Amino acid sequence: MEYSEKIKRLYQTMNERIIIMDGAMGTMLQKYNFSEEDFRGKQFKNFGNPLKGNNDVLNITQPKAVRDIHLTYFLSGADIVETNSFGATSIAQADYGLEDYVFEINEMGAKLAKEAAIEAQKIDGKERFVAGAIGPTNRTASISPDVNDPGFRAITFTELKIAYGEQVRALLKGGVDILLIETIFDTLNAKAAAFAIDEICEELNIKMPIMISGTISDKSGRILSGQTAIAFWTSLSHVKPFSFGLNCGLGAEEMRPYVQELANNIDAPICVYPNAGLPNEFGEYDQQPETTAKLLGEFAKDGLINIVGGCCGTTPKHIKKIAKAVADKTPRNFNNHLIQKKVS
Amino acid sequence: MQPLLRLSGLEPFVLSEEIKFANIGERTNVTGSAKFRKLISEANYEAALEVARKQVEAGAQIIDINMDEGLLDSKAAMVKFLNLIAAEPDIARVPIMIDSSKWEVIEAGLQCVQGKSVVNSISLKEGEEIFIQQAKLIRRYGAATVVMAFDEKGQADSFARKIEICKRAYDILLQKVDFPPEDIIFDPNIFAVATGIEEHNNYAVDFIEATKWIKENLPFAHVTGGVSNLSFSFRGNNIVREAMHSVFLYHAIKAGMDLGIVNAEQLAIYENIEPNLRQLCEDVVLNRRPDSTERLLEMADKFKGEDKSKARNDLEWRKLTVEKRIEYALVNGITQFIEQDVEEARQKFARSLEVIEGPLMDGMNIVGDLFGAGKMFLPQVVKSARVMKQAVAYLTPFMNQEKLDAGEECATNAGTIIMATVKGDVHDIGKNIVGVVLQCNNYEVIDIGVMVPTEEIIKATIEKKADIVGLSGLITPSLDEMVNIAKEFERHGFSIPILIGGATTSKTHTAVKIHPNYQNGQTIYVEDASKAVGVASQLLSPTLKNNYISAIRQEYEKIAQKYQDAELKKQRLSLAGARKNSLKLDWENYKAPKPKFLGVKIFSDWDLGDLAKTIDWTPFFHAWEMKGRYPGILEDKKQGEAARNLFHDAQKMLKQIIDEKWFTPKAVIGFWAANSLIDDIILYKNDERKEQLAILHGLRQQINKKSGKANLCISDFIAPFDSKIKDYIGAFVVTAGKEEEKIAKDLISKNDDYHSIMVKALADRIAESFAERLHQKVRKEFWGYAPDENIADDELLYENYRGIRPAPGYPCQPDHTEKITIFNLLKAKENIGVKLTDSMAMWPGSSVSGLYFAHPDSFYFGVAKIERDQVLDYAKRKNMSKEEVERWLAPILNYA
Repeated sequence: MEYSEKIKRLYQTMNERIIIMDGAMGTMLQKYNFSEEDFRGKQFKNFGNPLKGNNDVLNITQPKAVRDIHLTYFLSGADIVETNSFGATSIAQADYGLEDYVFEINEMGAKLAKEAAIEAQKIDGKERFVAGAIGPTNRTASISPDVNDPGFRAITFTELKIAYGEQVRALLKGGVDILLIETIFDTLNAKAAAFAIDEICEELNIKMPIMISGTISDKSGRILSGQTAIAFWTSLSHVKPFSFGLNCGLGAEEMRPYVQELANNIDAPICVYPNAGLPNEFGEYDQQPETTAKLLGEFAKDGLINIVGGCCGTTPKHIKKIAKAVADKTPRNFNNHLIQKKVS
Repeated sequence: MQPLLRLSGLEPFVLSEEIKFANIGERTNVTGSAKFRKLISEANYEAALEVARKQVEAGAQIIDINMDEGLLDSKAAMVKFLNLIAAEPDIARVPIMIDSSKWEVIEAGLQCVQGKSVVNSISLKEGEEIFIQQAKLIRRYGAATVVMAFDEKGQADSFARKIEICKRAYDILLQKVDFPPEDIIFDPNIFAVATGIEEHNNYAVDFIEATKWIKENLPFAHVTGGVSNLSFSFRGNNIVREAMHSVFLYHAIKAGMDLGIVNAEQLAIYENIEPNLRQLCEDVVLNRRPDSTERLLEMADKFKGEDKSKARNDLEWRKLTVEKRIEYALVNGITQFIEQDVEEARQKFARSLEVIEGPLMDGMNIVGDLFGAGKMFLPQVVKSARVMKQAVAYLTPFMNQEKLDAGEECATNAGTIIMATVKGDVHDIGKNIVGVVLQCNNYEVIDIGVMVPTEEIIKATIEKKADIVGLSGLITPSLDEMVNIAKEFERHGFSIPILIGGATTSKTHTAVKIHPNYQNGQTIYVEDASKAVGVASQLLSPTLKNNYISAIRQEYEKIAQKYQDAELKKQRLSLAGARKNSLKLDWENYKAPKPKFLGVKIFSDWDLGDLAKTIDWTPFFHAWEMKGRYPGILEDKKQGEAARNLFHDAQKMLKQIIDEKWFTPKAVIGFWAANSLIDDIILYKNDERKEQLAILHGLRQQINKKSGKANLCISDFIAPFDSKIKDYIGAFVVTAGKEEEKIAKDLISKNDDYHSIMVKALADRIAESFAERLHQKVRKEFWGYAPDENIADDELLYENYRGIRPAPGYPCQPDHTEKITIFNLLKAKENIGVKLTDSMAMWPGSSVSGLYFAHPDSFYFGVAKIERDQVLDYAKRKNMSKEEVERWLAPILNYA
C-alpha cells in the first residue's frame, strides 16, 4: 500500500525544505468574541445545553470564520492547516450533549479547511494540505481519575477506539490529506486512535499519512501519563508515522531539550508546534512573533525539525515570522527507510 | 536505525549489544509462583504489587505477568493488575510481558498498557490462519511477541523440529504480516533434563543448538526461554537447581539466547559454583556422559541441607506500639503500613498536627541522629523522607479540616524555603542534597542558584513569601558574605529564620559572627542534610518555635563566650618573634634543581581515562556526607551497601564521562626563578635575576611553639635572597572542564538531582586527580627533580613524594587574593578559561590551583590565627588597606 501522489509530493518537499504548519485556532476564534447565540447559530438555536466555548461546533454554526482563519494561515505561509476538530469526538462532545453531531462537525471541519486550501492555491499556485486534527479527548485510558482507586478507568481502549473511528471516518469523508493525532497526554489514548485508523485504512484499502504529536507539560520531560519522550516514541513507532513530535504544553524554549532528545533518537521526520511561550499570570500567551520565530529558527539551524508551526497563543503573524526564520534552513535528515521504501 | 528490540514502559528499553541478555522477572506469574497465585486468588493486589516492585528493584528489565489459573477470572485479573501497575511509576517504568495461553487474556492486556510490551506467546499450534490474525493484531497494538516452537503437530523437542517450526513462523511473519524481525522472540522450549528418561538427556543441548541456528539463520530475531523448567527433577534442592540454571545460561547465552525468564535473585554465579558440582551440572546440561544424571543425583544429596533460602519473619516489628512502628518505618524507609499506622496514631492524639510533631518528628530525629553518627546514609535518609512525606500527605487533609474548624487558614505545603549559594561561591552539591530532602518532606524549595547577590536573596524572600532562607557556601569568603546577608536582613526588618550550611560554615562561626548581626530573626547552623527537616519543622511550628529559638539563642551565647575565653588564653608571638623562629633549612649544602623550562606551558585536552586512574574516592564519599575512607567504606558493615551502590553509579557515570568525553580537562603550569625575602617570595623575569616579575606573599604562624619547632611561612621553603642560590618556584591551574556546569544544570532541569550532584562530585574528583597527576609529571619531567620517582597511582594520594603544591586559601597561605598573582602569572583565563570571581572562587567550580615547591623538606602546615601586627605588616607588603586585609583574613584574625 502506498501514499497518494499528493502526499508523495509533500514527502519530497519535506526533503528539500522545512514544512510550515498553522498556528492556534482557539486564539483566533477568541478574537471574534462569539456570544452564546453565535455559537448556536441557526442549527442549534433551540438546543437544550449551552454551547458557548465549544469551538468545534463553529464548523457548523460559523463556517465563514473558521474558513477565514484557515485561509489567513495559508496565506501567512502555512503548507498544512489543521481542521477545527480538536474536541470533535463523541467522548468530548458529550459535555455539550452533541455526541450525535460528531460526524457532521468533523466532515464540515475537513471541508472548510479544504476550501481554504483550494482558495489559497488559486491565489499563489502553491499546493496546500489539510490535516485532520484528532485531539486527546478529555479522558485518560491509563490514569485513574480517582486517587483512591488507582485501578479504576473512566474510559476503555475499546470505547476510545470506537469514538476515534467515528471521527476518522468523518474527517476522511470531508477530504483530509493527513491525519494528526495531537496533544497526546496519554499514549494509550493515542494507541487507540492509531488502532482505529489502521482498521479503517485496511477496510478502505488506503494508506494515510499519520502525524503524531505529544505534549510534555513540565520540566519532568514526561507526558502526563508518565512516559519519557523516547518511551513515548517507542510505544508508537509501529504506526510508522509520517512525522513525530511535540506540541502545546511548553514554549519553544522549554520544549527544546525534548525535541533535541527525539532528534537524537528517532528515524521519523520531526514536527514541533509549541505555544507562544508560557502563559503569564493572567493565563495569556504573550510571546512576540519575533521571539517565537527566533527560537524556532534556531531549532531549524541546528537541524532538529522537518515540520514547524505554532500552538496556543500563536497567530498568523507568528507563522509568517516562523516561515521566514526557517525558509533558508536545511531540514533535519531523518533517514526513514520505511517511508522511503514505500514512497519510491 | 538499527533493528534492535525496542520496548518501553514509562522509560525506553533497548536490547542492545551491550546488554547481551535481558532478565525477565518471573515472580508475577501465578503458574510459577505459589505465593503470587495465593495473593491474586485472595485479591490481595497491594501485596501482589509489592512482588512486582521487588522484581524491578532486583533488576528485572521486563516483567512477565501471567494470570492463567483455572479458578481465576484470568482476564479480569490481568486487566486489574495491569491497571494498578500503571499507577506505580517504579514498576511501570519497565516494559511488560503479557503472558497467557489464552488470546482473549492477551488482547485484554494489550488494551491496558501504554508502553510497547511483549506478548507471550503465540504459535502455529492452531494453524497458520489464527497465527497470522493474532500477529497482525499484535502489530496493530504495537507490541513485540514471543513465538513458541509449537505447531499443529505439537511442541518441538528435537533440534530439527525446533528449527523447522521457528523458520516457518519467521517466514510467515515477515512475508504475510510485515512483522519486524527484531520484534520476534523465539521460545524453542526448555524441557527438564536428568529425569531418568534417556530421551530427555539431550534437551538442553537441543535448545542451545537451536538457539545458535536461529541467531545464524533468522536475522534480528531473538531467543528466550523459561529456565526453571530445566531442573524440574531437582525440585527442593535449590543449590543444585541454581547451579544447573547458571551452567545452562552460561552456554545458552554464548549460543545467542538474549532474553530469559529467570529469578535473578536465585541464580548462582557461574564462577562461584563449587567446581565439582559445576562439572557435574555441565555434564548433565551438555549431555557429556551417559551416567551424568546418576552422578549428579548422588552429589545432589550432599547439598540438600545447605539450602539458604529460609523464610525469615520480617514482620516481627508490626507487634510494637504504634509510636515504635512509625519510628521503625521511618528508619527503615518502609511505606507499606505508614498510612494505617499514622491513622492509628491520629486516633490517639487530639490534633493531627500532634502526630507530626510527636511520633513522626521523633522518628525523623532518630533518623537524623543515626545519619549524624554515620549509621545511616544519604540514600536511606531520602527513603525515610519519602515515608515522612507520605505520612504528612495522609494527615494534611485532616489538619486542614481541623484548621478550618478552628477558623484558621490552610497551607498547601509545609512551608516555602528559599535556598541560595551566596555571592562569589559556586558550590552547590550540599545545597542540592538539602533541597531534595526538604522537598521530600513537603516543603516547597525554591533554589535561586549559585553566586546569588544579597539583593536577589532579599527580593526572592519578599516575592516568594519565604518562610525560611537557606544559605550555602563552601569557600571562606562566603562566611563573610553570610554575615553581610544577616546584616541586610536585619536592616530590612526581616524576622524569618536563616539556615546556614556548607563545608566551611560551623556552629561557632554562626554563633560568633552571624548570629549577633541578626537579632530580629534567627540564624541557625545546620550540620547536614538530615538535620534540615528537623530544624525547619520546629521553626515553622507555632507551638515549638519559641522554645526552640530560645534554646538556640542560649546555646549560641554559650558558644560565643567560650570562644572568646579560649582565644584570650592562647599565648601568641609577635611577628618579629615569629620571624626569628623561622624554619632554617640547610641552604649551604642544597643544590636547587632547575626546571626544564622557565615560563608557561598549556595542556589543552588531557586524557580523561588517565585522570580516572588517580581519583581519590574518599572525598567523593564525603561529598555525599558518608564518612569513612575508600576502599574500606565499601566493605563497611554499616554503610557498605549504600557506599557500594553509590560507587557503582559513580563508576557508571565516570565511564560515560570518559567514553563520551563529557569534559575537556585543561591545565596551565609555569616555573620562574625565585628567592625568598623574609615572608615573601620574589619571582624574576629570567634566570639573570635582575628584573622582578611578581611577588608572592606569605603569612607566618604566630603560635607560641614548643621545643624547637619553627614558626612556619611558605617563604621558608625557598632559598633566601642573600643565599646566592638560584632557586625556583612553580604554579599551576587545572580544571576538569567548563562543561560540568551545563551538564549539571541540564540534569537539574530534568529533575535528576541525583545525577546532577553526581556529575559535580565527579568533576571535583577529576580536577583533584588532574592536579595530582600533573604534579607527578612536574616532579618527573617538567621540573624533573625526581625523574626516578616510582609511585603507583593509588599511592600518589598519600603524598609520599618530594615537594608540595599548596593553594592560596588553604592553611599554608589562607589569603585567597594570592590567587590573583598566580592567575596573572599563568594567564589562566586566557590560556584555559578559568577565572576568579569577586570572592576569589575559581570558575568553573571544578578547578584547582596552587604553587609548586621542590625542596625535599617542604611540607604542608597551617598558619592558624594571626595577630594585628602581622596584618599591618602584610597590608603594607601587599599594598592593601588594613581593612581590606582584615576582610579577606577575617576567619584567621586573632582579634575582634
